[in-house]
Amino acid sequence: MQSIVNGVSYIGDYTRNIISFVGMAFIFLLNIFKSLFSRVPPVREIIRQIQFIGVKSLPVLLVSSLFTGMAVALNLYNALIRFGSADLLGPSVAVGLIRELGPVMTALMIIARVSSATCAEIGIMRNEQQFDALDCMAINSYRYVMLPRLVAALISLPILTAVFDIIGIVGGYVVGVVIHGESGGTYIQGIFDTVTFNDVLIGQIKSVVFAIIIIWIPMAYGYFLHLNRKAAGAAGVSHATTKAVVLSAIFMLVTNFIVSSLML
Amino acid sequence: MTQAIISISDLNTHYGDRQVLFDVNLDVQPGEIMVIMGGSGSGKSTLLKHLLALKKPSQGKIAVDGQDIGTISSKNLRELRKKMGVAFQGGALLSSLTVGENVRLPLEHNTNLDTQTIDIMVRLKLELMSLSGFENLMPAELSGGMLKRAGLARAVIMDPKILCFDEPSAGLDPVTSVELDELILKLREAMNMTMIIVTHELESAFKIADRIMVLFDGKVAMVGTPEEVRNSDDKRIQNLINRKSRDEEVDGDAYLKRLVTGD
Repeated sequence: MQSIVNGVSYIGDYTRNIISFVGMAFIFLLNIFKSLFSRVPPVREIIRQIQFIGVKSLPVLLVSSLFTGMAVALNLYNALIRFGSADLLGPSVAVGLIRELGPVMTALMIIARVSSATCAEIGIMRNEQQFDALDCMAINSYRYVMLPRLVAALISLPILTAVFDIIGIVGGYVVGVVIHGESGGTYIQGIFDTVTFNDVLIGQIKSVVFAIIIIWIPMAYGYFLHLNRKAAGAAGVSHATTKAVVLSAIFMLVTNFIVSSLML
Repeated sequence: MTQAIISISDLNTHYGDRQVLFDVNLDVQPGEIMVIMGGSGSGKSTLLKHLLALKKPSQGKIAVDGQDIGTISSKNLRELRKKMGVAFQGGALLSSLTVGENVRLPLEHNTNLDTQTIDIMVRLKLELMSLSGFENLMPAELSGGMLKRAGLARAVIMDPKILCFDEPSAGLDPVTSVELDELILKLREAMNMTMIIVTHELESAFKIADRIMVLFDGKVAMVGTPEEVRNSDDKRIQNLINRKSRDEEVDGDAYLKRLVTGD
């Protein structure tokens, strides 16, 4: 009997903690947006974060996008050639990348490179009382620490996604035209004829939504690190980072499906 | 007697179900150095968090510079915090900024001073803390004592009315510790600040304090001058001063039960 009571109590505690964290995380996001209007945004910090999130992610992104485009083209070519439709390779690769793979893969790369680092950095700031110090200096930590990261992600993600799309299409070109000898003109013209403004718009809307998700969740996990008394210190940072990365990826993929369904 | 700059009355506070402060009362006069002393887990740092409005009391009232911390608006709190400096135990410098950038941060955010004036003020404070030439180093490149002094430079950059210092001597070698004590006295002399210093370093406390508040298990054991504290007949205070163990009587049965059942 006692074990049943303990089990129910554990589920109750767990559910209460989740609901409480979700509530706090939404208020946290609201406070970040609110801080946008409090004073002039910290431009220097935003530029620093764009450099970290955007510029420094470029090498990883270029390599991954090139090989993703090549792998997609390779598989599509083998499928299309059976139906004698190899001339559809360009449009197929482009639409797949622009609507789905570009935003999702870019977001996953940024989660791996930036979200984990952001959660760890903010968690360590919390551990070392740096947020208490900011509060005591009458400096709004939402505006000074969180806002630049969110703005930088909102600026960087759509650009990185566009870069991913273009390099991925180039990768498809390498496989289809250079390796398999298909016509380059057909590959490129097919893309211009098929890809619509709506396709690009969907990809860009997704990248904006993903930008919020993949920076907000790690920031919230790092910021509320001190509330998890069972895992403080280094263990707390590691625990929070793992959870933040996993949750960001899952939430991003679920959102991707929802946005795709709504905008088909 | 002048009006107290800090006034705490009937303060009670809890962490979850556990009460950590019990009916704390304290008045601090302007220009006074008040040392809050006590063993580990006695509630010193929690009391400091209340004074800095980083934690809301469960019950009781805290007034700082005439403002009730419990009911203060966020705008007034921001203004009040501009008059307060806080030096945290580990410095709490922002790890992504250099020492100089850390020290200038409050001025950049809270004043309209031009860059040149800010530069001069930063150099002045770093010079005062014997840290000139270190402004371009990152916090990770500093020693423990230097981190504390850099934190102190940032805390006093706005020339605050009240300075709070959490464990100034903790983890420092005796020479650095004495230097820091002298620096605190020098600061009070130069700027006439009210200081709240949380420490469990006895030597340091007796040297710098005007008055000492002794906390045990969240309760105020006494508030008095260093002389009064030294001559106190409270056994716990004498144990603390003379570094004696608590000599608690052990209940054999309860001890055995704890070992067997883990309760």
